[in-house]
Parts: sequence; C-alpha cells; structure tokens
Amino acid sequence: MRNIIDMTNDAAVRAADPQFGRDGLNIVVATNHESSLANAERVALAYGRGDAMSLPGMAIAVKDNIATLDMPTTCGSRILSGYVSPYEATAITRLRAQGAVVVAKTNMDEFAMGSSTETSAYGPTRNPVDPARSPGGSSGGSAAAVAAGITEIALGSETGGSVRQPAAFCGVVGVKPTYGRISRFGLVAFGSSLDQIGVFARSVRNAAIATYAMAGGDLNDSTCADVPVPTTPEPVEAYRGRTLDGVTIGIPTEYFPPSLDADVRARCDVAIEVLRGLGAKIVDVSLPHTELAIPVYYIIAPAEASSNLARFDGVRYGPRAADVSDLREMYQATRSRGFGAEVKRRILIGTYVLSHGYYDAYYKKAQSVRALITRDFDAVFASGVDALFTPTTPTPAFKIGAVTDPYEMYMSDIFTVTANLSGIPAISLPIGRVGGLPIGGQIMTRHFDEPRMFHVAAALEAALGGEAHA
Amino acid sequence: MAVTETDIRKIADLARLSLGDEEVPAMTAQLNSILAHMDVLTRVDTASGTEAGSDAITSAIALARDVKSAGAPLRGDAVAPFPMNATAPMLAPDSEDGFILVPRLSTHEDV
Repeated sequence: MRNIIDMTNDAAVRAADPQFGRDGLNIVVATNHESSLANAERVALAYGRGDAMSLPGMAIAVKDNIATLDMPTTCGSRILSGYVSPYEATAITRLRAQGAVVVAKTNMDEFAMGSSTETSAYGPTRNPVDPARSPGGSSGGSAAAVAAGITEIALGSETGGSVRQPAAFCGVVGVKPTYGRISRFGLVAFGSSLDQIGVFARSVRNAAIATYAMAGGDLNDSTCADVPVPTTPEPVEAYRGRTLDGVTIGIPTEYFPPSLDADVRARCDVAIEVLRGLGAKIVDVSLPHTELAIPVYYIIAPAEASSNLARFDGVRYGPRAADVSDLREMYQATRSRGFGAEVKRRILIGTYVLSHGYYDAYYKKAQSVRALITRDFDAVFASGVDALFTPTTPTPAFKIGAVTDPYEMYMSDIFTVTANLSGIPAISLPIGRVGGLPIGGQIMTRHFDEPRMFHVAAALEAALGGEAHA
Repeated sequence: MAVTETDIRKIADLARLSLGDEEVPAMTAQLNSILAHMDVLTRVDTASGTEAGSDAITSAIALARDVKSAGAPLRGDAVAPFPMNATAPMLAPDSEDGFILVPRLSTHEDV
C-alpha cells in the first residue's frame, strides 16, 4: 500500500521538476501534487481491500485536451487559459478505477492542430532524445513525458496521427485505437469523425493494458461502440519464438516511396525480416489511394474543426475580451486574441470548404475520396492480410523551427492519417535508431482487431529486444 | 480555385475572426498554397458508388459496419444526471443570479 503512494509521490516530484517545465523541455503544463497524493491514497486503500486493478499505482500524464477535475484543461490555447473542467473524461474515470493516478497535464499543439508541438501557447516542447529537435505532435508533451521517464504511461489524442507520429519521434510506443473503441466524453473536440484518445507507453504490453482499461461503451458518447473489451494481454514471454506462424502481414508499396528517408527504409527492412523470422507470411500489397489522404484529411479535419471551435467565443468559458461595444465584437475580439495562427488558418480553411458554392467541390469530394481510401483497406484485409506494416513517419524527428511551410508540416502525417480516415486501429513502436534518433514502425489491423495489432507489435518488440532502441 | 483577399475577409467574418490588414495578404497566400494541393482530388473519379453522405459516415463510424448493430446505438430515453460539479454560469466569464451575462447586441440599440 505504501508503495503505491511512494510511486505516485516520486512521479509527481518528477513531473514538477523544472527541467520538464517551461524553462526546460516544456513537457508539463500543470501538476497538482496534493490531489495526486490524495488519489494515490484512495487507490492504496482500495487495493489493500482487494479490489482488482490492472494498473495499481500507475502514474500517468494526460494531454491538455482531456478533461480532468483537479488540473486545468486548456488545449494549449490562450482561449482556454485557466479553464478547469466541471466534469472528468470517461477515459480518466476508467483509468482511475484501475488504479492509475494522474500526475501531470502535458503540452500540445494548440487544439491538437500541429505535428510538432510548436503551436502551443505555452511554447514548444523539446524532444528528450535531442532537445534541439521536435518531439512531434500534436501530443508531443505526452510522448516526451514517457520518453523522459516522468511516467510509464501517458494519454494523447489522435485526429491524423497525433499519437503515433510523436511516439515515433520520441522512441516510445503509441496507440490509436479503432474509432469507437474508447469514449471521447471529456476529450475536447477537433475533428469529430476522426478523433480518438490514444496511449503512449514504454512497452506494447502496458499500452495494451491502458487501452483496454479505457475501452467499452459509454452512454455519454454515442460514437463509442458497445463491443466486448479484450482481456488483458498475455505476458511478454508469450511473444517469444515463432509466434507469428499463420499470420499474413502486408507491406503496402505506397508507404515505401522512392523519396522515403533511407535510414527509415533500412530500419523497416530489418523489422520486416524479423517479422518473417517470427513465422509471418510477408506479402506486398497496394493501397492505391494513399497519396490522396493528406488533401482529404486537410479538408475534412479543418471543416469539422471550424464547426467544433465555434463554441469558443468568450460567452461560456475562458477569458473574454472586455473592451468591446457589442456581442459580435466580443466574439471576434475574444477569438482573434485567443486563437493562435495555425488554429485561425484551419478555421478559415474549414469555413471556406463548407461555404456556399465550395461545399461540393471540396468537402463532399473529400468525403467521397475518403470512402475510396477506406475501401483500399477493406480490399486488402478481405484478401487474407491480417496486419499491415509500414514506417510511421517519412523521416526521424526534425529540428524545432525547421519546418515552416504549413503543407510541408502536414506531410509528416502522410503514413498515419489513413488509419484515422478509415477508422482502423494502428500502433507505432520503436524499431531502431539512426544517428541516435528513434525510428517508428507502424502496424495496422481491421476495425476492432486490437488483439491482433498488439500481438504482432509485442512479438516484434520482443524479437527486436534492445535493437529497438539501439 | 484561387481565394482573393476579399474572400478571406468574408470567410474571416463568417468565422467570427477579425484579421488585421497586415495579416490578410499572408493568410490569402497561405490558403491558396494549401488549397492548390487539394485540387488533386478533382482528378479522382468518384462518380460511381461513393456517395459521400452514406459511405463516408459508415466509414467514419466504424461501429456501424463490423459491430452487431447496423448503426450508431441510441441510448434509452431516460433522464440521467450529467456528471458536472459546477453549473454553466459558474464557469462563465460574467454571470448574475445564475444567468450568463454578455454585451448587448448592437442591433437592439439600432431598433
């Protein structure tokens, strides 16, 4: 029992260490030591009573767009400065029921719009692997929290790759579950047909335990599927040996273009040979509409964002512009001062593609092409492929400030947005380092086939062993 | 489909954002640069069997396909307490007697 409180205290002290705050790596944006310890005491009591828990005393860090009662939820934005949610995300409630204790809120791109954690109102987060580089984004703070050893597990959110891309950049495991697997009640909405809460962890097994702890239907989120939640994964030992006998893994040619970074390709080639050595049948497959994913995503996500972010107008929460003469001016002044440049850019794109005369040309067209992208996956899985293996990102972590063109930044999501557009689950895990920088490999499976995804990922992780981080 | 500075001002107004005169040219250029990449979609044949309204929603809500029911589940029509520990006016920047206060609509003064 004492151990749970000590573990929480140690993690809370780490989270409050100035090296992880604004003048350091800028990973943590809020802590509440007193509340974390009180929660740990409750967990310790329940655990001592014999309550079954899958994560007893597990300290977790939480992205700043997931509602917590005891720390602010500001989405890395001035427009929600100081906002404390009056309710808690279902994902948090369920993790707490399994013994987890929240010790920190983490930095993020403003409203999760970005791929580098540079658009945060708190300033950029630095990658613990190399502080001159970005941790990726938008959940860069959570990825960095796990990479820096602040917590073993952290929560992020995905709309187009915002967990897997930073996981790859920071050398940790990152999971985007099936759309509908985890309740989004308490996740601040960005692109509602895409958003999912995701998990960072140092191991596939811990990622799976946390994913399953949060999963399952929720009456407060009608898009959350009431499907059976898989049981906690097998011990790591189960994944050693020829454990992928009978599993067919597809290698989509479109994810290995000639322009792919040579180091990323080389590490992927090694991983593919390891998968083959574990008994998997490796087949080349094609997902022909892959190159259209970025244009489709950057129409649909901003369109949904422009609608979702209409609620931030200074009326109900957050700071309000005071020096105004009427209501309309208050809306405009509050929003213009509260939102940063990238958020404004996406609201404008979204408003444009939904506006009269352009809806069919952009939004409706994008939804139609989205259907083609989804059918690509359906066809490949229907052909007998159990899982797909790809690189997670086209390059390792880039330097902070190195990518200034918005569209070039969007392209860092090229291998991850397809899973969001089609709703399938995907995981990124470390498959090696080049020049000290982590490289991520991605595994995608059918809708709700997280067990297969974790099985393949855990087998690859076990077979790579120390090589994944070498 | 190039966007003009006039378009940008109109879109910003629709989105309740005010852009400074100095911001408009840069935002116009950036949006045109981004939208140019979207034009690739016009070359894709989506005429057959990809009705956006149906297929896109089923793909977005995956539970509609691979799960037992054929659509998003509806909960029973029963009142359940919403788990909030504060009322809306408590969170608002300005409130009085349980009501949220906002500046007056200028149209009211005009009438």
